[in-house]
Parts: sequence; structure tokens; C-alpha cells
Amino acid sequence: MKDLSVLRVAACLFSLSASTLVSANLPAQAQDLRNGGKLLLTNGVSTIEGSGGGGLATWSTIAGNATQEGIGGSVHGTVIELPDYNWTSFGVSVGFFDRLELSYARQNLDTIDIGTALGLGRGYTLNQNVFGAKLKLAGDVVYGDPLLPQIAIGVQHKRSSDAAVVAAVGGASPNGTDFYISATKLFLSQSVLANATVRFTKANQTGLLGFGSATDSNHKPQFEGSLAYQLSRRFVVGGEYRTKPNNLGIAREDDWVDLFAAYALTRNVTVTAAYVDLGSIATADNQRGALLSLQAAF
Amino acid sequence: MISIAFALALMGVQDLPAAADIEPEVTTEVAPAPAPAPEPELERDPVTGELPVDPYEMSNAHAGATPFTGTAMRDAFHGQEGIRRVVDNMVDRAVIDPRISEIFVAHDLVRLRRTLFEQFCHILNAGCDYTGRDMESSHRDLGLQVDDLNVLVENLQAAMADEKVGFAAQNRLLSKLAPMKRDVVTR
Repeated sequence: MKDLSVLRVAACLFSLSASTLVSANLPAQAQDLRNGGKLLLTNGVSTIEGSGGGGLATWSTIAGNATQEGIGGSVHGTVIELPDYNWTSFGVSVGFFDRLELSYARQNLDTIDIGTALGLGRGYTLNQNVFGAKLKLAGDVVYGDPLLPQIAIGVQHKRSSDAAVVAAVGGASPNGTDFYISATKLFLSQSVLANATVRFTKANQTGLLGFGSATDSNHKPQFEGSLAYQLSRRFVVGGEYRTKPNNLGIAREDDWVDLFAAYALTRNVTVTAAYVDLGSIATADNQRGALLSLQAAF
Repeated sequence: MISIAFALALMGVQDLPAAADIEPEVTTEVAPAPAPAPEPELERDPVTGELPVDPYEMSNAHAGATPFTGTAMRDAFHGQEGIRRVVDNMVDRAVIDPRISEIFVAHDLVRLRRTLFEQFCHILNAGCDYTGRDMESSHRDLGLQVDDLNVLVENLQAAMADEKVGFAAQNRLLSKLAPMKRDVVTR
């Protein structure tokens, strides 16, 4: 819980300093926050880990609709129907001046019958909390040099609620922290958005099965790539690929793939539907199914 | 309010005279020998309808982007007539958009429509020279934020959609305009 308090303190300090900044003796024009100024869909959608991105892959975009002139945020809920599991996650994120993003997500993996097979009991649900922070370093996803992407670094601290299960499957720790660097650009002349992220992680199934193992407990670089084509202001289709570690001897882990379509119903509401192939999860192979995610951003 | 008064002055709108100065026989219809004005006023060019501006060097480089080659983009925008409709539609939308309308109060919209048309026409390789100012000096005093730019992009997207310009071609034009942000957004 210590890390959580650190995040909270950082968030409070930041909002304090932000409010001090804007309430200082500046001209009336300069102190007005302008919220909701981003172009449609350029904030991305919420990932299953709560950070702004493309669904499975994290991007360098800052959550919410505010530009550098304001504070925005988003809430989201995601369900994934798989042959042997039901995934639900929800989260909230705040974006400060299109510069800093703070996020929280809660992940739940209902093991249904696999729970019985693993001796956990039918319908045993694995849970995890993910606390994230992301800082934009350079560039802009839409504007500026057409070849300079928006670049951000980020951290995701993850705490599994199932320490006993993590230990039973051979995970070294129920808690862990991922670090990533991400580059995202909308190439307007091709209507293509491209993202590349390198994540340093030892998470097993993003952390739901803990972090590392007795034999392998180092952070390793993993890749997350997204390519999307903008069909209209409101409609984007694309695909993602995400590599993952494979630390657990008894439960092989595969890379993830998805094909998605995201539609901005309004300036504030985006719905994302995807076909996902999550490979083998905790001994159950071929977990291919459908993802549906709803995001409200302001 | 200062900027509005300044704008009115710029647009050649006569200040209302003080009550004591009103002479009933002076009307706009009958003014054979106009009384000497207290300050010189800008008058619109009788041919172009534009207000005079200080002289400056003209160059197509001031359009701020390398034009497309070939005719695909010109055709996508339906030639000069289509480009003119897009520009007029965008300006029509922008000047009544409550998020940015204030910016245009002090602007000579006749000149704005002409120079924007020339700029788009030049960039789209539709046979125009750009005679306006460069992006940096034409936006220097506007105090624009990125939010203002995004609103204008939305107005432009709506105008291009009205003209039935395909979305990929819309984005290709935006790809030429997006790098101008550094000269356009000043705060």
C-alpha cells in the first residue's frame, strides 16, 4: 500500500502546484483552463491496464480530452469473452495538461471451470489493481514534425490480490512494476496511426499470475505495436501485437494479438470492439474471443 | 472590449459621434462634401473590398508547405471552385463558432477568405500563387492556443465533408497544415 500512498501524494502535490500555477497573478485570459479541446479519437482509448492506448497496447497519448490548456480524464469498462474465461476490467485516469497521466485499473479474471481444474473452485476470480503514471517527454501525436512521434515514459505498479495462487503457480511475487517507453504518431498523409512501445516487465499474464518465477525474475523488454487506419473522424480500425514473458513452467504464456474497431459515438463516448487472441492462459490454450470496451472521456 | 473597438475602427465602422456633435442634416445618403475626419480611416478597396495592409514581400514560400505534385489532390477538392467553397464554408463556420469567433472580430474577412483560398489552392497544386503573409507573422499577434487550432481543424473537416472530399484526401491536406502549428500557436 506504500506505493499507492506515494501515488496519491504525488497526485495531490501535482494538483496543488497546478492550481497554484493557474491561480497566481496571471491575466484573466491565461488562468482559464480550457478542457475538452483534443481532436476526436486522438486521446486513444483505455487499455486493460488503465493507461491511454489502443486496448491491449499502451500508447504515449495522455488520457482525456484536454490539451496542454486543461485537465481531462476518462473512465472505462472492458469485457472480454473467452472460451474458458471471462475478463472484466474498469478504470479511471486523469490527464494533466496533456503532459502527465495518472491511472487506476481493476482487473478481474473469472476462471469459470478452469478454477475447478486448478483446484481453486469453480468461478474463482483472479484480481489485480494497476496504478499507472505516464509522462509525455516530446513530440505531438498530431502536430509538429511529421516524423517526430509523441514520446512518453510510464510506470505501472501492479498488485495481485491472489498471493496464494501466485505462489502455487510458481510466481515469485504477487506485486510488480512495469516500466515502458512509448512512441505514437498519426501519419496524416497516410491516415495511419502507428505506435511502438517497449515495456520492461516480469509480469505473468500482465500480473494476474504474479511476477517472475523462482528461476527467472528479471525485467525483460517486451514489445507492443499498434497500427490503425482512420476511416473517418469517428471511425478507426486496426490491429495490435503484444509480446509477453514466459516465466512460469507450468503455465505457458503466448503473445497477444487483436484486431479492433473504435468508434467515437460522441465527443465523449468511444466504443471499441475487438477480436482478441490471448493464446494460452493458465493451462487453457487458444483463448480467442471478443473484447468490448466503453470509454467516457472529458 | 478594447479589441472590439479596435476591430470596428479597423473595419472602417465609424465611431458613433458624441450626442452634442450630431448634426441632423448629415446623413449617409447626402454627403457631397464630407466633413474632415478627426483621424484617417481605412477604406476598403473598391475593387477587392479589402482593407489596406502594410506592404510586405510576397512569396509562395509564405504558404508554409511544399505543394502536392500531380492533379489528384486538386481533383479531390473539385478544383479551384471546390477549394473556394471549402474555404468559404470553413470561414463561415469559424466566425460563428462560439469557441473561436472572437478571434475573427478584428479580421478583414474578405482578405482572409482570399489568402486562405490562395494558400490551399497553392498547396493543393490547383494553379494559384500565394500572396499572403507568412504563417509566423500573420499569427504573431493572435495569441492562439492549440485548442483554437483544433476547433479550426474541425471547421475545416466539416467544410471538406460538405464538399464530399474523401477522408484520406482531407487528411493529406491536414498533413501539410499540421506542421504549421509551431508558427500558429503562440501560447
